[in-house]
Amino acid sequence: MSVSRRSFLQAGAGIAAILAAGRAPAAVIGKPRVVVIGGGFGGATAARYLSLWGAGKVDVTLVERNPEFISCPVSNLVLTGERSLDQLRFGYEGLTARGIRVLRGEVAAVDAAARTVKLSDGSTLPWDRLVIAPGVDFRAVPGVDSEQIPHAWKAGPQTLLLQRQLAAMADGGVFAICVPKAPYRCPPGPYERACLVADWFQRTKPKAKVLVLDANPEIVSKKALFARIFAERFPKHLEYIPNSELMEVKGRSALLEFDTVQADVLNVIPPQQASAIARLAGLVNVNDRWCDVDWRSMEATATPGIHVLGDACFPTHTMPKSAHMANQHGKLAAAAILATFDGRAPDPAPILMNTCYSYINAREAIHVSSVHAWDEAKRTLMPVAGAGGLSAAPSEEEGGYAAGWARNIWFDTLG
Amino acid sequence: MKPQNDFRRRCGLLLVAALMALPALAAQDTARNLAATCTGCHGTDGYARPGMPALAGRPAEGLLQLLAEFRSGARPSTIMQQIAKGYSEEQLRLIAGYFASRPAAPGAGS
Repeated sequence: MSVSRRSFLQAGAGIAAILAAGRAPAAVIGKPRVVVIGGGFGGATAARYLSLWGAGKVDVTLVERNPEFISCPVSNLVLTGERSLDQLRFGYEGLTARGIRVLRGEVAAVDAAARTVKLSDGSTLPWDRLVIAPGVDFRAVPGVDSEQIPHAWKAGPQTLLLQRQLAAMADGGVFAICVPKAPYRCPPGPYERACLVADWFQRTKPKAKVLVLDANPEIVSKKALFARIFAERFPKHLEYIPNSELMEVKGRSALLEFDTVQADVLNVIPPQQASAIARLAGLVNVNDRWCDVDWRSMEATATPGIHVLGDACFPTHTMPKSAHMANQHGKLAAAAILATFDGRAPDPAPILMNTCYSYINAREAIHVSSVHAWDEAKRTLMPVAGAGGLSAAPSEEEGGYAAGWARNIWFDTLG
Repeated sequence: MKPQNDFRRRCGLLLVAALMALPALAAQDTARNLAATCTGCHGTDGYARPGMPALAGRPAEGLLQLLAEFRSGARPSTIMQQIAKGYSEEQLRLIAGYFASRPAAPGAGS
C-alpha cells in the first residue's frame, strides 16, 4: 500500500518538502491542489489569496460558468444611466497572470469521498481542498417570468432589461420593487435602488412614483437613515409599505396577502437560497436553504474538506450577505487552508469586517459597518459591541468613498 | 507495512520539529490576516486604488497613532471610528506593523 496523498498532506507541506528530497515516490509529491467553484467576490478572492499567500506552493484552479465578472455593487447606478454596465465588467486576467488556472465550465458533480469535481464536459478535477462560492439561486414566485418581470439582482442582462423598462415607462407611471423576506443578498440594495430611481424620477419623470413593497416588517438595513431619506428627500416620489409579501403576479399586478397593487414596471426580487451547486455537493443543512460553516475556517459543517463562502452561507449574527463579506470570507478560507497544508491549526479567533456603501443619488452615499469576532463561548462570530454603525447623514464625501470602495474591492478580489 | 510505518515515524519526528517553529509563524499569520480585513477598502497589502488612503509603507508609529485616535474617538471620521473600535490595541499594533513592513509602492521593494 502506498502512502496516500492525503495522509501525506496531513503530515504537513513543510515535511513534504523535506521528504521530497528523500525517498517518497515522485507521483505523490507535488503541490497541494485547491479547486475553487465560483468566480464572484468570494471565490475569486479565495483563489487570489491562496496564490498570493501560498507563494506558488499551492496549485489553484478556479471554475466559473460565466466568461466575465460583472459587479453587482454599483449596478443600481446603471438603472438610471449614471454608470454603464461596461464599467462594471472585469476579466479574470489578473488571476491567470498569477498562475491561477481559470476554467470556464459548469460543475456536474462533486465527490467528497474521492475528492474530485466533475465538469459537464466530462473532465475531472482532483482536489485536496475544495472551495465553493456558489452564490444564490432564486426561488420561484407564481406568475413571475424574469424575462418579463426582471429581478435585476444579478448584474448583467437583467440590469439592462430593467433599465429599458424604466426608460420606456411614461411619466405618471408606478415602479414597484418587491423585497423578499430576509436573509437575502445585499440587504440595503433594494432601498438604494428605490432612492436612485426616485431621484431620477424627480428630475426626468416628475409625476412617476416608486413603491417599495417589503415582505419584512421594517426596512432591513440602514433603517434609520433610509426612513429619514425616504421622507425628507423623496416625499412625493417614494412610498414604503412594510409587511407586503408578494404571493403571486398576474400581468403587472402584484398580489399581496390582503391587497393587489398595480404597477407599470414591476421589479420582483425573489426569495433566495444557496445555489444548486451547494445542494449538489450536499452542503445545504440550514432550513433547506443555506450552508452552515465553521466560522474559523469557512469549512462546511456538512462535509469536512469543503469550504463554503459568500451569500450561500447561513449568516451568523447580524452578518450581511454582501460583496464585502464574501471578499473577507475568501481571505479567511485561504488563510485556514494554507495553515492546514502547513500542518498548523487555522487562526483560532478570526476577525471579519464589513462595509456597505449605498448611494442615495449619483453624488451622495451612506454606509453601514460592522466588525465580527470569534466568540469562544458561542462558537461563532459575533458583532463586536460598541463597534460599527451607520453614517450620520448622506454626504458627497461618502459618495466619493463609495466609488473608492468599489475600485479597491474589485482590485482586492480580481487583481 | 514497513515503508509506511517508517514514513509515519519520520513524519512524527518532523512534526515535532515543525511545531517548535510554530509561534513565530503564527504571529506573522495573525498580523497578515488582521491586515487583510482592511484591504477590501484600502487595496491588497495596502496598495490602494484611487479614492481611498494607501497604507503600504507608512511608518508603524504614525499609523498606530491614527488608529488609536479613531478608536478613542479623538479623531473625527465617517467610518474609521466605528471600525477601529472593533479591534484591540494589540490587534491595531499588528495591523500597523504589517502595513509598515510593505514597500511604499508596488515594485519599489522585493
